[in-house]
Amino acid sequence: MSLRRLAPDEMQPQSFAFNAQNEARVAREIAKYPAGRQASAVIAMLWIGQEQEGWVTKPMIEAIAARLSMPFIRVLEVASFYTMFNLIPVGEHLVQVCTTTPCWLRGSDDVVAACKKHIAEKPGEISPDGKFSWMEVECLGACVNAPMLQIGKDFYEDLDGPKTEALLEAVRSGETPKPGPQNGRRSSEPMGGPVALKEVQ
Amino acid sequence: MLADKDRIFTNLYGFGDPGLEAAKKRGAWDNTKKLLELGPSEIVEQIKKSGLRGRGGAGFPTGLKWSFMPKEVKERPHYLVVNADESEPGTCKDRDIMRHDPHILIEGCMVASFAMRAHACYIYVRGEFIREREALQRAVDEAYAARLIGKNNVHGWDFDLYVHHGAGAYICGEETALLESLEGKKGQPRMKPPFPANVGLYGCPTTVNNVESIAVGPTILRRGAEWFAGLGRPNNTGTKVFCISGHVNKPCNVEEAMGIPLKELIEKHAGGVRGGWDNLLAVIPGGSSVPLLPKSICDEVLMDFDSLKAVQSGLGTAAVIVMDKSTDVVKAIQRLSYFYKHESCGQCTPCREGTGWMWRVMTRMQKGQSTPAEIDLLYEVTKQVEGHTICALGDAAAWPIQGLIRHFRPELERRMAERNKMAAE
Amino acid sequence: MARKLIIDGQEIEADDNITLLQACEQAGAEVPRFCYHERLSVAGNCRMCLVEWVGAPKLQASCSLQVKDIFPNKDGTPARINTNSPIVKKGREGVMEFLLINHPLDCPICDQGGECDLQDEAMGYGRAAFDRFRENKRAVDNKYMGPLIKTVMTRCIQCTRCVRFATEVAGVPELGATGRGEDVEITTYLEKAFASELSGNVVDLCPVGALTSRPYAFNARPWELRKTESIDVMDAQGCNIRVDTRGREVMRVLPRTNDDVNEEWISDKTRHARDGLLRQRLDKPYVKKGGKFVAVSWPEAFAAIAARVAATTPEKMAAIAGDLCAAEEIKALKDLMTALGVANIDCRQDGAKLAAAPRAGYLFNSTIPGIDAADAILLIGTNPRWEAPVLNARIRKAWLNGNPRIANVGVAHDLTYPVEQLGERADVLEAIASGSHPFAQVLKDAKRPMLILGPGAIARADGAAVLKLAAKIAAETGMIGPAGTAEEGGWNGFNVLSTAASRVAALDLGFVPDAGGRDVAGILDGASKGEIEFVYLLGADEIDTKKLGSAFVIYQGTHGDAGAHRADVILPGAAYTEKSGLYANFEGRVQLAERAAFPPGEAKEDWAILRALSEVLGKRLPYDNVDAVRHAIVAAAPHFATRDAAPRHPGADPAIWNAVGTEGAVGAAPLASPITDFYLTNPIARASETMAECSRLFVSGAAKLAAE
Repeated sequence: MSLRRLAPDEMQPQSFAFNAQNEARVAREIAKYPAGRQASAVIAMLWIGQEQEGWVTKPMIEAIAARLSMPFIRVLEVASFYTMFNLIPVGEHLVQVCTTTPCWLRGSDDVVAACKKHIAEKPGEISPDGKFSWMEVECLGACVNAPMLQIGKDFYEDLDGPKTEALLEAVRSGETPKPGPQNGRRSSEPMGGPVALKEVQ
Repeated sequence: MLADKDRIFTNLYGFGDPGLEAAKKRGAWDNTKKLLELGPSEIVEQIKKSGLRGRGGAGFPTGLKWSFMPKEVKERPHYLVVNADESEPGTCKDRDIMRHDPHILIEGCMVASFAMRAHACYIYVRGEFIREREALQRAVDEAYAARLIGKNNVHGWDFDLYVHHGAGAYICGEETALLESLEGKKGQPRMKPPFPANVGLYGCPTTVNNVESIAVGPTILRRGAEWFAGLGRPNNTGTKVFCISGHVNKPCNVEEAMGIPLKELIEKHAGGVRGGWDNLLAVIPGGSSVPLLPKSICDEVLMDFDSLKAVQSGLGTAAVIVMDKSTDVVKAIQRLSYFYKHESCGQCTPCREGTGWMWRVMTRMQKGQSTPAEIDLLYEVTKQVEGHTICALGDAAAWPIQGLIRHFRPELERRMAERNKMAAE
Repeated sequence: MARKLIIDGQEIEADDNITLLQACEQAGAEVPRFCYHERLSVAGNCRMCLVEWVGAPKLQASCSLQVKDIFPNKDGTPARINTNSPIVKKGREGVMEFLLINHPLDCPICDQGGECDLQDEAMGYGRAAFDRFRENKRAVDNKYMGPLIKTVMTRCIQCTRCVRFATEVAGVPELGATGRGEDVEITTYLEKAFASELSGNVVDLCPVGALTSRPYAFNARPWELRKTESIDVMDAQGCNIRVDTRGREVMRVLPRTNDDVNEEWISDKTRHARDGLLRQRLDKPYVKKGGKFVAVSWPEAFAAIAARVAATTPEKMAAIAGDLCAAEEIKALKDLMTALGVANIDCRQDGAKLAAAPRAGYLFNSTIPGIDAADAILLIGTNPRWEAPVLNARIRKAWLNGNPRIANVGVAHDLTYPVEQLGERADVLEAIASGSHPFAQVLKDAKRPMLILGPGAIARADGAAVLKLAAKIAAETGMIGPAGTAEEGGWNGFNVLSTAASRVAALDLGFVPDAGGRDVAGILDGASKGEIEFVYLLGADEIDTKKLGSAFVIYQGTHGDAGAHRADVILPGAAYTEKSGLYANFEGRVQLAERAAFPPGEAKEDWAILRALSEVLGKRLPYDNVDAVRHAIVAAAPHFATRDAAPRHPGADPAIWNAVGTEGAVGAAPLASPITDFYLTNPIARASETMAECSRLFVSGAAKLAAE
């Protein structure tokens, strides 16, 4: 893992405020925790902020800190500790490729190669059309559907090189391919139909 | 093979609808009030009798853990926290429970919270599981709407259930790191003692359990502790969701009886090892943290806590990672070393410094850039990390390397010799 | 509760609530540690303090295990702990190796060299074989933390002591550890300067050379320095310090541990005003001739004074003692003025309406450790964060540990703990005194209520009336409890927070106007009207010198500050590090500061100057050495015979409390601390470039930012 610091000042926006819809979500998140424990909502608020802005900005950190009565540094600690917070801008579609051993065993190298070819040579780099950036990530927890990647909120599983290329092209052209296994199975059952739970169906 | 009637997660694959009505048809929320009528102590007793051991990796007896909670609620409220930070490489079972059978989990939360006199429960879902979190939240909303949970619910035990979302940190699967994270801090493990049952979330008595451990509770109570205890083997009872990944013909999740032979598990459910059993090189039987096993052990070993411990590995999360003979086994473990370096929280010295060191040595060893003497050094370094850290991540980073050296030292030495030969030429 | 442990074969009884590490130390074992610090929360992260608990599967971090968590063996025998068995040594060697693999071996160019915990422990636990780690070492970017802290972050071992100090003790949570794993970085938020008056303490806490003193960088090595025990004079707390000198130069000032006074903290002014000891110094006697200062010999200077004394009647003469004076010169000046028949003497430059009796009326009676026991605190006209930063940290500690109710009357300040603001004006005190204010009940209900009167409450025209109100509140709300210290069950919650290091000793020695004499305001008023013709300033720079009119002014002191600029004769004295002197802190605790260096040039110890002058004036003072001066002090104020102890509260005596303050109307002006810049409160600090930089950054700069 490389150093996780805030983006340089020249990239930072002047201000941050949650939009009305997100304000309501923030209120719901804070309400989940007992009085005086509102700091528990810090991760949720960073999530909502990141969804709204695409990445975690300095004014966002400060606004959230003020809202939760936390020192700025404590929110920065959280933002820099959890790797799903993007401290620099990412592409419109963030492609996260799992390359940990279970995915690697099943060909995540080919998935990475497809990303290099269709997005950018280097992870973190935004594709020329601005639509994508990709990164290698640690185990995403879909190991029996390896190799796989995450685009935004969705997992795309049971990939290989060509399937990944097709997937990226489809997203590029504005489609939203159906998430989940890309090889025809339903979810985590064995390919070709389950051995267990046959009766139940 | 475990009979379907003895399976708890009957919608594991999501062929059925995850919604409340369908879940009820599958048996969830069936007279839960009657389960609660057993009373907290009896529920704990039943769980103890069932022999259920924690499904999150460590295998600590669940009933015993529940019994550590204070018997009386004083000024500090009690909490149940469900660990859905499923991040152990190879493991993807809780994900299926949350997206396909969430009501089993929710009912389990209700029953377990009641047994531990908690009126509130948080489910900590790992950051990457966004759709799973949404699926779980839908089910929670349904349960609230149906007054199955919430204030003044039909079960007569006020109970609030909250879904909390993480943001990318394996370490938050460690229970005290999870609590820190839930409190809005970095996920850095706490020192124990004090244990969470005494000082947990917000300083209150808290029990942290894995999703699967909690979800099986109501079924155990309905069908009886004896039923659960009758499955599997003594001290390793019940059913378990196994995740079979890697070089098998049909990777899958499957709920099976504890103690199923590894070979049977792979051949029956996962379509066998790619290229046949004889093409097997090694298996990591319980998620990335446990030492791998060479084929010779895989031939016979049973998949349960004690059997795997006996062969110097572990059941862990029951995530079986299969490697066939085409595998660069050093690279496979080196990649795990990178994982642990990436996920070290950085708090304590041996893990912060040792994971990086081990990864760097492993990286050289993968290319043969090393000497046989350095294998001993690496082994010693893993021993310096193991047991000297605040939490178990240090151990988890050390064990895969120890397993590799234990079983594949000749392969490491072969690479060095080969590289030396090339260099000489 | 206590339980038995067998530590290294020796059976000891250890209190349940201490850590195993402390128990091991009680048993005489040395346990290495980097992250553990007894005044900070336990982090347990360095893993250096591993010990063996026989029977446990793993080595235990002794800092994070409490004695109460150690259960006896199954057969009932006490648990056995080994601190020096082979597996412990091996475990610690392993940890040490991990610490060193990414720590630069640059001790020869590191300012911590020679006083580095890591270096020291590496002697015991470092492996001889340094070739085991073949990888490159990590490099970490340095961080800006302000003008006082130099960072070399590659050396950081992530012990988080600095982070915990900032968060817990300083109460300024600006330090943190960002990132994770081996990329963890200690930093302030976006590398802002660490804005705490106590920031320098992180340098002492840092066990390695990651955080070192910026002003002291590469100035000296510890083994070159002569270490002298001394007492700080930057405020009136009497913080215990160690002055490190090389030759004549004070190289640095460090805290000494004294749990009753400053624990082991000092303020940044105490630590870093030291360069002020080198600048603007008065090193020769001067006499003003034709509007210009001319260097003269001591006899010439004395002769000039003697001529003037002979030409002036005593009622036209006056003397003012400054804030940094030691008891010795105060006594000498007082005796000289008495001998000359001068009644116009005063030590209260700020105009505080404190009387020289009763003593309890001007002391911090609760004592500093007594704060730990307080459960309600009323602050009146004070900004303790600037008036006594270490005391403020003690109040914060009480708040962290016991959560006392803390309220303020006067201008509000960020004190690093929550304070209920009751109002800015003194009329709130009238309401509390009469019981009509709700906080009166809080004080009454408290077991150990206290009030702290700052200079903002008493250094004003109606100060005596405010003092009276405070005494009433103390009496009405049960602050004046039984005799004895807080530990013994006694309690006195009436506290005056003086800010001048000399103040309590000067009041003890009666350096206030004799009957019919003028106080500071009266002296200045007289001088501007020509009624006072001769003024002796003993290190007095905090007065409005423009009001001295055409009076003949003698300035005896150390720096070319306000007093010297106005003087007609300058007598160069010794700074607090350059003389052996007694100081009584605001509690009335008498402490001795040893001489660490010699005064510059022809400057001399101050009592000796006065003794020499007295001879020229024909009023020879009856002491020839410092011991004799101290005998005279004890004769005048017997409590000076007891050092290093706060006076014991003698119990409630209405006669005492009725005599505190004067009935009168209180004004409408807000009770405001007179300190407008923490870093520039005395001539030494004002001569310090380091303090000037801090002032620009934290006070004038901050004010400018706020104004924008």
